[in-house]
Amino acid sequence: MDLIADLLAGNRRALARAISRVEDRADDARGLLAALHGHTGRAHVIGLTGAPGTGKSTLVSALARAYRATGRTVGVVAVDPTSPFSGGALLGDRVRMRDLAGDPGIFIRSMATRGSLGGLARATADVIAVLDAAGFDRILVETVGVGQAEVDIASAAHTTIVVEAPGLGDEVQAIKAGVLEIADVFAVNKADRADADRTVMALQMMQGLASAGHHGPQPGPGPAQPGPQADGAWLPPIVKTIATEGRGVEALRDWVEQHARYLRDSGQLARREQARAAAALDHILRDRLLADLLARQPAERLPALVAAIAGRALDPYAAADALLADS
Amino acid sequence: MTDRKIRVLIAKPGLDGHDRGAKVVARALRDAGMEVIYTGIRQTPEMIAEAALQEDVDIVGLSILSGAHMALCPRVIELLREQGLDAPVIVGGIIPADDIAALKQAGVTGVFGPGASTHDIIEFIRTQVQE
Ligand code: B12
Ligand SMILES: Nc1nc2c(ncn2[C@@H]2O[C@H](COP(=O)(O)OP(=O)(O)OP(=O)(O)O)[C@@H](O)[C@H]2O)c(=O)[nH]1
Ligand SMILES: [Mg+2]
Repeated sequence: MDLIADLLAGNRRALARAISRVEDRADDARGLLAALHGHTGRAHVIGLTGAPGTGKSTLVSALARAYRATGRTVGVVAVDPTSPFSGGALLGDRVRMRDLAGDPGIFIRSMATRGSLGGLARATADVIAVLDAAGFDRILVETVGVGQAEVDIASAAHTTIVVEAPGLGDEVQAIKAGVLEIADVFAVNKADRADADRTVMALQMMQGLASAGHHGPQPGPGPAQPGPQADGAWLPPIVKTIATEGRGVEALRDWVEQHARYLRDSGQLARREQARAAAALDHILRDRLLADLLARQPAERLPALVAAIAGRALDPYAAADALLADS
Repeated sequence: MTDRKIRVLIAKPGLDGHDRGAKVVARALRDAGMEVIYTGIRQTPEMIAEAALQEDVDIVGLSILSGAHMALCPRVIELLREQGLDAPVIVGGIIPADDIAALKQAGVTGVFGPGASTHDIIEFIRTQVQE
């Protein structure tokens, strides 16, 4: 069968197989991505990240349904870590997405982190591109934790939702540094829990809107409204959700849509697309230049240079010069 | 340069809540370097076939301790083949010896009962996927 034509015609089996080809970096992956590139750029990509167990998968499921209620089709990519010991992975996010079964407007794919961090970001971006080309309106990408990998993946998303939940220990500690920079929307999930408001407060504090221990009416103009600000910036809203009951999820969806509009209207979208394109090209160039360079060296050359550096016979810059000189 | 991994779907069809065995097997396969998509309990045959298609798995493993394997296994296989999926299907759990021949007749390629060694399961999957 013609994978590309079938995929573009909406064949789900072709879509699933194309994702595998891309994920496996199969021989035809490059040609596939090249053929699909012209069909991408239509989907709005939404990243969801947060600590383990905060309810990301449950929220993805509820958010996907909220989007289906407005007629949008939804692709889901659920990323879980590869075991560094075995190279295998246990991908269990579908357990929380059973409500999405049987809907032809939804496609869920589980994905392991596999190799390196940079590689993950690229593989995720490639899988997103395939779903985008297949015509899904919204693509939800779930990743665990907030580390460098998530920041990289966030660069592939248009809107990043950081999912927090009460009861993860000291709120301020639990909300990791770095989150503020990547969050476009905060979801405080498990809002059925008594201490959810403390998590909201902690987030507001980090946004500089509330002061610790302050009670009663605020003097002055009061806190800024979330969303677009007068100076053109975006203040991330904090949305309380109960993913298991679908509560607050429509508000979450509406905030994501408002952020999408803000990106378009402010010209940020074009800038983000440029940044995404630059990052993609940068990754590919680095990989290819390095691979080309090493392919032209005799097998024992690199280990010999490494040994020379370790033995202090050569400095690493001189070794790099030597490699570049005779290639 | 490809980066291929064996992808396995582990699913529990029907109303059977015994999930220990499925989880033991799922972890063992992960530790053997495979990517295991675990669906959780209470899956209909339709849900399992859909997940197998979306995840593009190499093999489907069903875990059934409820006694409903004679109805569920053939139905899952039927739905997979209808979608053009040729992934082999194996089953584990409480399967009376008398049913094994009929299951194989219906297309199940391997049956693993209580006490089955995960090592044997891993080896079986590797040979099935290679073919
Ligand atoms: C523990 C247990 C429970 C626990 C389950 C806990 C859980 N979350 O799993 C609890 C107490 C909840 C329970 C409840 C019930 N149970 Co119970 N339970 C057992 C028991 C004692 C052990 C099962 C077990 O966990 N074994 C350990 C695991 C590791 O082994 P395993 O599942 O067999 O898996 C191995 C292989 O089968 C195989 N395998 C399993 N899945 C897969 C999948 C693949 C792809 C592959 C390759 C291999 C594979 O590999 C595994 C490793 O060797 C069995 C009896 C027995 N000895 O098997 C009864 C048994 C399964 N239960 C039984 C019954 C009847 C019930 C109840 C209906 C009892 C009741 N009347 O309330 C309920 C129903 C619960 C429900 N919602 O479905 C019967 C089933 C009878 C039948 N099928 O004809 C059994 C056989 C007991 C009996 N002799 O009557 N049960
Ligand atoms: N009380 C409550 N529990 C919830 C809520 N949302 C999710 N949960 C539960 O939290 C647990 C974890 O949910 P998941 O959706 O698997 O969380 P996750 O963040 O995807 O987890 P990982 O993928 O393992 O990091 C499950 O038991 C859910 O049922 C909620 O709003 N309220
Ligand atoms: Mg999850």
